[in-house]
Amino acid sequence: MNPSAGRNRYQNTAPQALNKRTVENAKAPMHRDLPESLTMNSTPYLSLSGIQKRFGAHTALSGIDLTIRQGEFVCLLGPSGCGKTTLLRIIAGLEGMDSGRIARDGRDIGRLPPAARDYGIVFQSYALFPNLTVAQNIAYGLTGRREDKDRRVTELLALIGLPAIAGKYPAQLSGGQQQRVALARALATSPGLLLLDEPLSALDAQVREHLRGEIKALQRQLGVTTIMVTHDQEEALTMADRVVVMNHGVIEQIGTPEQIYRQPASRFVADFVGQCNWLTGTVLSPGQLRVGDGIVSAPAASEFASGTQVELFLRPEDVQINPRWEPSPNSALAEVQQIELLGSLYRLTLSVPQWGNLPLLADISHRQLVQLAIGDGQRLPVQLPAASLRCFGTAEAA
Amino acid sequence: MSTLTLSNPPRSTARRASSEWLALPLAGIALLALVILLALPLIAILGQAVHDPDTGVWGLSQVAPILASPALVQQVKNSIAVALTTSLIVLPLAYGFAAALTRSAMPAKGLFRALALIPLLAPSLLPGIALVYLFGNQGVLKGLFPDGIYGFWGIVIGEAFYTFPHALMILVTALSVADGRLYEAATALGAGRVRQFFTVTLPSVRFGLISAAMVVFTLVITDFGVPKVIGGQYNVLALEAYKQVIGQQNFPRGAVIGVLLLLPALFSFAIDHFAQRRQQALLTARAQPLQLRRQPLRDALAFLFCTLTGGALLVILGTAVAAALIKLWPYNLSLTFDHFDFSNVDGGGAQAFVNSLKMSALTALFGTLLVFGAAWLTEKVGVARRLQRPLHLLAMLPMAVPGLVLGLGYVFFFNEPANPLHGLYGTMTILVLCSIAHFYTTAHLTAVTALRQLDREFEAVSASLQVPFWLTAWRVTLPVCLPAVLDVARYFFVATMTTVSAVIFLYTPDTALASVSVLNMDDAGDTAAAAAMATLIVAASATACLLFAALQWLLLRRTQRWRNPG
Repeated sequence: MNPSAGRNRYQNTAPQALNKRTVENAKAPMHRDLPESLTMNSTPYLSLSGIQKRFGAHTALSGIDLTIRQGEFVCLLGPSGCGKTTLLRIIAGLEGMDSGRIARDGRDIGRLPPAARDYGIVFQSYALFPNLTVAQNIAYGLTGRREDKDRRVTELLALIGLPAIAGKYPAQLSGGQQQRVALARALATSPGLLLLDEPLSALDAQVREHLRGEIKALQRQLGVTTIMVTHDQEEALTMADRVVVMNHGVIEQIGTPEQIYRQPASRFVADFVGQCNWLTGTVLSPGQLRVGDGIVSAPAASEFASGTQVELFLRPEDVQINPRWEPSPNSALAEVQQIELLGSLYRLTLSVPQWGNLPLLADISHRQLVQLAIGDGQRLPVQLPAASLRCFGTAEAA
Repeated sequence: MSTLTLSNPPRSTARRASSEWLALPLAGIALLALVILLALPLIAILGQAVHDPDTGVWGLSQVAPILASPALVQQVKNSIAVALTTSLIVLPLAYGFAAALTRSAMPAKGLFRALALIPLLAPSLLPGIALVYLFGNQGVLKGLFPDGIYGFWGIVIGEAFYTFPHALMILVTALSVADGRLYEAATALGAGRVRQFFTVTLPSVRFGLISAAMVVFTLVITDFGVPKVIGGQYNVLALEAYKQVIGQQNFPRGAVIGVLLLLPALFSFAIDHFAQRRQQALLTARAQPLQLRRQPLRDALAFLFCTLTGGALLVILGTAVAAALIKLWPYNLSLTFDHFDFSNVDGGGAQAFVNSLKMSALTALFGTLLVFGAAWLTEKVGVARRLQRPLHLLAMLPMAVPGLVLGLGYVFFFNEPANPLHGLYGTMTILVLCSIAHFYTTAHLTAVTALRQLDREFEAVSASLQVPFWLTAWRVTLPVCLPAVLDVARYFFVATMTTVSAVIFLYTPDTALASVSVLNMDDAGDTAAAAAMATLIVAASATACLLFAALQWLLLRRTQRWRNPG
């Protein structure tokens, strides 16, 4: 038995995923598969429709529709109080819903008690039983002969890469180890559905990043349909096959991480899943806008009527810095106000006089910074790639 | 072997945790029990107070004349005077003692803490008896009270002994939650010790002080044990209620005074409830524990203070023990165990002591079962959680109800021939039930605190693993809460062993009780025998505490290794 099989497997699949991604979209920031490339049938495994939940006067969830395919890894992403945990608890049967329907494999499970729903769950606190050993914790839901249970526990400990901790108590384990034991306990009964409620948020940044990969690999290896709640957009983008962005009890967008990041459906989604630039402009003619004193062309704005005020959206890494000034569409001179090191890249805060002293964020690589010899107060020619600009009406933006 | 080919998990699909529905009727039964044991007797005494048995008229017609009688007005004044004076004496002493325990680096803190809690092991009659021997007509220190100890000062000193540990526990809790960072900030800003006391310490403990003051005041107002023994002609309200019911069989008048006693208790309960909530808000999650450094002068003063205060407590206890052992005070000072032979005195004798042990053991057993069962169901088991609020409300009620009022309520409720539970009247069962109800609040709060320290998702995890809720209770909840369970059982035992107030209206010659017999023997002039019985009660309570401590130690070693894994 290979104790680190989970990790190895992930390392094997990662480069393939990277290759595929590179072919499809060279700019993609995330190395991951599209769900279509997974071997899974596309009939819905779990389908939620019209889920409604109120706590007194507060509407926690309204009109939630969501279908999840067999073997899929779905993340519920949103700020605290958006209803994502409530939705997970409703799926788990730990919370009742006011109206709506939950079907699993075509069977209505919306009114079943938690114990009749067949799922494993990992909570943020892990909820490991402190007075039971790791082995007893993992075997908690197992019934039958002792040797069967023992074998199963050994397998699971190997699966999570911690074969030697069976006799320890939870208090003797590190946070990351506790997390994996909780995962093993949830998987012990081979449930058809795995629910993860912010499973990584109590961990240090480095452990968290490591476990992201482990959990994802384990999930793919076992093919267990998984729903994870998180408020960490990076976690959602790196782990999920599909991300469900929620806010104020409604679903803002459902899509692959690429769709969520590159084509946010609303200003909220755009703001929540990464840094963005917002340019306020007035539509002059289809695809042409006035921003400050300048003209910006954006094909995405063509659906708006002339005279409407719109907001243009652009990720900082899409802002193009040119080596020298050439009059070209969507170009302007910007002044460097601040240079901030983010680690693997630099974030420039620019101000563009021509676009109404608009503050503009631009991410550039270390190499670019050296090549362009960028310093504080310097003037730089910037260009906004027309194709990358997305357009939102101001009513929506408000 | 690839980890992909996992064996089939052993698991039977037949086992389902849908037995959860059972929790609701179980919690309902617990709730119903509390309604019968608390709410209905209280309603009964309220009804009695506003119902004229002669005319059959409901209203305040019989209350008004009782309230207007000059004797009662004087008793109210006396009660308030005693309660206020006791509070003014106990609070500074308890504060000093608590501060020494929590804010100094003096030695022997554990010993002092144990010493200060001694009064909890004794019935409130014990200090009265001890004071008679110390300052009475033939007392050792008679000269200190030339006008005699019987009366105001006797009551105040006895009550001070009786209420000291109650105030101390609250103040120790309040003083323990210090944020060390606040003191460092104050020092860094140049505040002196006096200024630090007024700007940091006092604001953080003021709610504890209010709370302690309220508890002391209420305990004194509602206690009749001390005034009975040492009050002399100085009549207080609680004693009057006792006399009306026991002496003159005037139940309506007793009920009115009982309801009157309920008022300060309810008032202080409301204030205390408010204060507790504010107190909790003071401690933030980022608070740093206070680091105590040695300061020879402060520590020496603290040690001296605790020695004097603790010494005074010991003197009172010691006097009672000595009184029990001395042949005939003050004429024959030779030691004897004769007073422990209760066959020639009134009050039930040795049987009373056995009855008390039995009642305390049964109360500890069934009280702990009910308290933890009800708290567990309503805190942890999904469907039963909707009963959490009504249960909590009922469980908080006994704190606001003096034992005397509760006992009278039991008389009115269970002695009513139309009551189907009438058969319980005069049995050991009703004594046990009354004691469970009387001490429910503290036990309930202990249980709830322990249960809430458990991860709230344990039951959710168990449900997802299809393990029935009662199995999780047995394998996880109970083992983790075991120390609190033992605490609650010990509390029930000791409190029941020492109580007089509620059960005094409920015992019969067959169910005579040790603490009550202390009162009766003292009343009959057998003071030495009363002292002997009081000593026995203290010994039984202390033994119970030691046994529980030993049991806890054994269990912690045997089954709780996970708490301190090596």
